[in-house]
Amino acid sequence: MTVAAARVTFSDWGWRYAERDAWAVRGVDLTVEPGERVAIVGPSGAGKSTLLRAVAGVLPDEPDATDDTAASVQGSVLVDGAEPRAVRGRVGLVMQDPEAHTVMSRVGDDVAFGCENAGVPRDEIWQRVRSALDVVGLDLPLDRSTTMLSGGQRQRLALAGVLAMRPGALVLDEPCANLDPSGVVQVHDAVRALLDETGCSLLVVEHRIGTWLDLVDRLVLLEPAGGVVADGAPADVLAEHGPALTAAGVWVPGSEPEQGSARRGTRLSPRAGEMHGADHGGPDGIRPLGAAGPRAGEMHGTVRGGPHAFRPLGDRDPMLLAARGLGTARGRRQPVGSGIDLDVRAGRVLAVTGPNGIGKSTLGLTLAGLLRPAAGTLRAGTALADGIGDAPAAWTSRQLAGRIGTVFQDPEHQFVARTVREELAVGPRALGAADVDARVDELLDAFGLAHLADANPFTLSGGEQRRLAIGTVIASRPPVVVLDEPTSGQDRATWQAVVDRLGELADSGTAIVAVTHDQDLVRALDADEVVLGATGTTRATGATGATAVGPAADLRDPATEVQP
Amino acid sequence: MTAHQAAAGLPGRAAPPGPPDGTTRARGVRGVQPVASLLGVLALGVCLVLSLDVVSAAVALGLELLLLPLLRIPPRTLLLRTSPVLVAVPLTALSIALYGRPSGRSWFDLGFAHVTDGSLALALATALRVLAIGLPAVALFVRVDPTDLADGLAQLLRLPARFVLGALAAIRMMTLLGDDWRQLGMARRARGVADTGRLRRGASMAFALLVLALRRATTLAVAMESRGFGAPGRRTWARSVRFAGPEWAMVGVLVGIGVVSILVAVGAGTWRA
Repeated sequence: MTVAAARVTFSDWGWRYAERDAWAVRGVDLTVEPGERVAIVGPSGAGKSTLLRAVAGVLPDEPDATDDTAASVQGSVLVDGAEPRAVRGRVGLVMQDPEAHTVMSRVGDDVAFGCENAGVPRDEIWQRVRSALDVVGLDLPLDRSTTMLSGGQRQRLALAGVLAMRPGALVLDEPCANLDPSGVVQVHDAVRALLDETGCSLLVVEHRIGTWLDLVDRLVLLEPAGGVVADGAPADVLAEHGPALTAAGVWVPGSEPEQGSARRGTRLSPRAGEMHGADHGGPDGIRPLGAAGPRAGEMHGTVRGGPHAFRPLGDRDPMLLAARGLGTARGRRQPVGSGIDLDVRAGRVLAVTGPNGIGKSTLGLTLAGLLRPAAGTLRAGTALADGIGDAPAAWTSRQLAGRIGTVFQDPEHQFVARTVREELAVGPRALGAADVDARVDELLDAFGLAHLADANPFTLSGGEQRRLAIGTVIASRPPVVVLDEPTSGQDRATWQAVVDRLGELADSGTAIVAVTHDQDLVRALDADEVVLGATGTTRATGATGATAVGPAADLRDPATEVQP
Repeated sequence: MTAHQAAAGLPGRAAPPGPPDGTTRARGVRGVQPVASLLGVLALGVCLVLSLDVVSAAVALGLELLLLPLLRIPPRTLLLRTSPVLVAVPLTALSIALYGRPSGRSWFDLGFAHVTDGSLALALATALRVLAIGLPAVALFVRVDPTDLADGLAQLLRLPARFVLGALAAIRMMTLLGDDWRQLGMARRARGVADTGRLRRGASMAFALLVLALRRATTLAVAMESRGFGAPGRRTWARSVRFAGPEWAMVGVLVGIGVVSILVAVGAGTWRA
């Protein structure tokens, strides 16, 4: 396949979206020679996505110099010397959300979509479709439905759709942000194959830039409103600008967080008989609706002492939730997982990992009391149930909110109020807390949201929404917090803020369940890891190697015994 | 306009031997281009609304029931899908029996409602007619793939590609929105606000769903545009669409049902326009 690679030229280019005061990006001078492969990094808000969309010719709204509220443009961006809109199809774009850009319902039709738009004759379309699927390694029947594909498969499908159009340049906007590790490898290899096949130019944006370093010739650092501040061979830029890159939220290879770095009290091993934090989990410490005294869920002034601080404990951290032979299902007819055994204990972080589509989120929602177990049992320990029934799925909404908090994968699913301040007050108010305003003010400060107190939650940036979502749950001070992919697609700075917050929660006695494919999170929080396997059963490993969340092991609480 | 006239204007085209897309095309009734069923059902509807008698509607419904097993739809599915029609029929009949134009022997009269021989006959005729039009309209589209229908609408009826493909993408997005709705509901339970205030909660969920739908639609539009959708120049179609023997047979059968029912009614002397 021989198509000339495209040259992309930005000259003093800038863009302001309609009805915005600030420029999304400004003063960019950058030339990508034909066949060159460039990675672009920079902090959130530097306008990286805007830059890529401009190259693909899909920025919304035509700029209009006569209208103040319309979009504005300065300088120029050219693809092979032409306006990008005029040569759409020369540039192939793959974006972050795998769900959002599958157009057609069958694999073959989706790959063919771009060719149809370009007016390619029918017989040639199907030749191109087959060879494109072959290049990206997607060995599926052409009439396979696109709805059941994994994230990695969907991104490769999008790459095949782009490849079939024979692009001169490939533009990738965080294509791996939402993928599990194996999906990242699949997409990386598919991109390499695509580049080998076409020799086209590449522009890629990704926070975890390490994924792409072996494929790119140049690394460009972009600053908000500052244009290009560093540009050169990846090794040189990394060496010279390492701290600036880290400050910009880039995951610089080799600077991964260390084991347990987000936990204050590093654990002593062996774990049995350990004392740290455990007392908080005592019946008084995690009284779900108790309003008095520092307790689980509080961020500052964590008291690790207390009257019983050094009472030697014969058993482990108190059991809050125990799953035995748990089967999960979406709705009535879609069984997802089965035979899952695990314990959720006060002051501990449990990471649920495994490939995309294996049922991690479903398990998370089941543990959170939002989906009914399809089989087996999920029981709340006496410390958590605190006088009501031990089946979380049967609790009322209010009972649940005081005991188990859930942070959804998409924060927008959980916002119910008009302002950030009201949003934080919803939980405590529903539980009848006396100190609603105090809690809200404290959280606004702690999460760096004070300046946005009156903003509508839907208007916040992704990182701000994520922090708010976690804040709304913490405001209710539940002894258990379940989070679905709390760190996916985040730059290093937001990631650190979220993980530090979770570490503090765990240190103060809250049990954390994180559904994740982020090994850095598992390491930084020193989490116990439950790996969901292809059969839906669990394989439990201790992240530290010091412990195991024993399948059916050490059941001290008779209430949690496996039901026949 | 009859179906023959409508269909005659179509650029009928036979599919090349063996679809190049490598997919297996369904055989028999299932493989019929949905546009043929659409035109046929429209034509049958026209035939059936020409008269208001019991005989023509009964004949049409009888013929349809005889042909129904050819579609091989599981009875359960059929009942489920036709349930809106099955609910609408008795309600329609009841209201016409009560309020239809009175004529003939009077059964009872409540002032606002007057049941007569005439209104009862009219009610029966209308009920049968709604069934005779509704049954094929549902049964023929139970298993239709929206992609096939879209291909037919764009390539055979020449509806604008922008409109047809936009609608197709929207249909696909409905499943995503269904998932969104469930997530929104769970999130409200998790936050402790799902015990009371169902109406207000519904409103807040509807607002959130709207925001999410707009986000998704915007992303999808960008994805489609980036792949050249809406670009000037002629669009080609990867999937061939055929309007050949089976399609004409489908139209013929449906129009035939209408014509036979009219002839029988005229012959029996019950036809009234």
